[in-house]
Amino acid sequence: MALLEVNNLVTEFHTEAGVAKALDNVSFTLERGKVLGIVGESGSGKSVTAFSLMNLVEKPGRIAGGEILFNGENLRNASVKRWSQLRGDRIAMVFQDPMMSLNPVMRIGAQLGETIAIHRKVSRAEINEQVCAALKRVGIPAPVERMRAYPHELSGGMRQRVAIANAIVNSPDLIIADEPTTALDVTIQAQILYEMKNLARASGTALIWITHDISVVKDLADELCVMYAGRIIERGPVAEIIRNPLHPYTRGLIDSLPQAENHGKRLYSIPGATPPLLSLPPGCTFAPRCSRATGECHKIPPVFKLEGREYRCFHPLA
Amino acid sequence: MTTMLETRDLSKSFSIKRSTLARAASAVGLSRQADARVYAVNEVSLSVASGEVLGLVGESGCGKSTVGRMIAGLLPATSGALAFEGKDITTPSVDTHLNIQMVFQNPYASLNPRQRVDQVVSEAAIYHGLVDKKDASGFVSSLLKQVGLDPTYASRYPHQFSGGQRQRIAIARALALNPKFIVCDEAVSALDVSVQAQILNLFMDLRESKGLTYLFISHNLAVVEYIADRVAIMYLGRIVELADTRSVFARPNHPYTRALIADAPRLDSKVVEHRPIQGELPSPLKPPSGCTFHPRCPHAMPRCSEQRPLLRQVAPGHWSACHLNDSDVSATPEVAAAYDQVN
Repeated sequence: MALLEVNNLVTEFHTEAGVAKALDNVSFTLERGKVLGIVGESGSGKSVTAFSLMNLVEKPGRIAGGEILFNGENLRNASVKRWSQLRGDRIAMVFQDPMMSLNPVMRIGAQLGETIAIHRKVSRAEINEQVCAALKRVGIPAPVERMRAYPHELSGGMRQRVAIANAIVNSPDLIIADEPTTALDVTIQAQILYEMKNLARASGTALIWITHDISVVKDLADELCVMYAGRIIERGPVAEIIRNPLHPYTRGLIDSLPQAENHGKRLYSIPGATPPLLSLPPGCTFAPRCSRATGECHKIPPVFKLEGREYRCFHPLA
Repeated sequence: MTTMLETRDLSKSFSIKRSTLARAASAVGLSRQADARVYAVNEVSLSVASGEVLGLVGESGCGKSTVGRMIAGLLPATSGALAFEGKDITTPSVDTHLNIQMVFQNPYASLNPRQRVDQVVSEAAIYHGLVDKKDASGFVSSLLKQVGLDPTYASRYPHQFSGGQRQRIAIARALALNPKFIVCDEAVSALDVSVQAQILNLFMDLRESKGLTYLFISHNLAVVEYIADRVAIMYLGRIVELADTRSVFARPNHPYTRALIADAPRLDSKVVEHRPIQGELPSPLKPPSGCTFHPRCPHAMPRCSEQRPLLRQVAPGHWSACHLNDSDVSATPEVAAAYDQVN
């Protein structure tokens, strides 16, 4: 049984201007200990996916359909109490801005200790020991001293490490990370990616890594979901998608990246712009920007399967 | 190739305001603590040739934006000199500085939300008398066309546009003064990949059609490698390496440059299980002695913490500030191996 199975998840936002379907029949599975990358541009629904999985979608948004099976349990029916048992213990989240998840007026040690104490009855000494171990695992030097620090005393990279330590402190089955390294410098991002990879390997924790930059998850993820306007338009092993994308949007996304061999040449750019969620084109939402589109693309493409890969396109490449 | 812009030993330091009590204490002689200063930029000497794109790369806090702001005349330099087409502009002069315009990172912050697009674009040109107020609408239309926007958008407000469109408006505003030199400070960093490609193409087109020269400041190595002719790498307020783009990426000399290139995620790289460089950028308030990179450097030697390495030519046109290039340093086997791995 897969650790996480998401079936036809639909999340809507009811606004005065109409209903925006932020997630449209999103389905994927994640095995224990595996890393899933979710890539997309702003407005593609990648963060809404994370918030929906954590049941953190706030009004005017709501999960309108589908199921989230976690260890076989359908979390769509879970009570508030059940969610507070799960969150922070079995499923943890790391946000883009660590200041969003850290309390500015609490010492680091106390915050991480709270995460443990809420879920388990353990002694003060044991809590401190576990917090210290978690800080050490994410590469924080002098963890004992750091436990007494407040978040503002730490650099951005260190804060994000603390946020990650807070996520792993209860050894969850699943960590959802939403653009955790986007705000960080290149060398700090590399350190965190390196440590996360080792961490996921050593602990058997499954990881969902959300990013706008496909090259960040290239070496980290096993599988990749590419999202566009609320739908997963392509899914499969990372290396294969990069080498041989099936959906024209994925191809365009990869070709838009500046690369050394294109120096001085024009970059490929996808014509047009991402459609607003309130007025999505009927059928394939990418069709108006797609050079391969035909009359058939006025229908919503179903999920096609091919040798362990999935795509939503009537005219795939290759 | 003629030099368009030149900086010589350009430096910028900021004083740190102490509390009233601390200042009073030193005024009456109770404390001898001097005002602390942050040296944001130290002795930066650069020259940009006419028509060239110079990339300026570094991590946050390295001083790259401060260099850009000093060149654009938004910040006065603490010391050093700045010249544009041979004319000294260390003290900003309006006439010359109209030739240097800037495009900022965040088009949500750099555009006044209460001004219409035509006002945003034409305000400076009208103020400086480059265009008459009654000719403004034609002037705005032609600028909007140049940056790939529909001229009918002129009467809209910034919030009605997407991030990429706003950045086009910001570029139109810069072009309105008919500049020769544009400082792009992380101008594509906030944009989505597909929009970033469009804006990079626009910069390239404008370079072609208007003969523009750019200082392209970015933390994104892939973008710089794509667009720049030469690259300067900054670390803690100083330039540590400077060379043409091909040399920097094919034969990086400075250990920091090598770490940056190895650590940047790339689509075309092989999977390497390398261990990223450790540590963080030190505080510019208390910079390490000698070479400021030595606490993080895998090849640090005793002299690295004592003596600051000077920027020296290691190959024609390739400058680097590292003691490993000292003539009396014979590379240890692992250093030699590290060089071989990169080269």
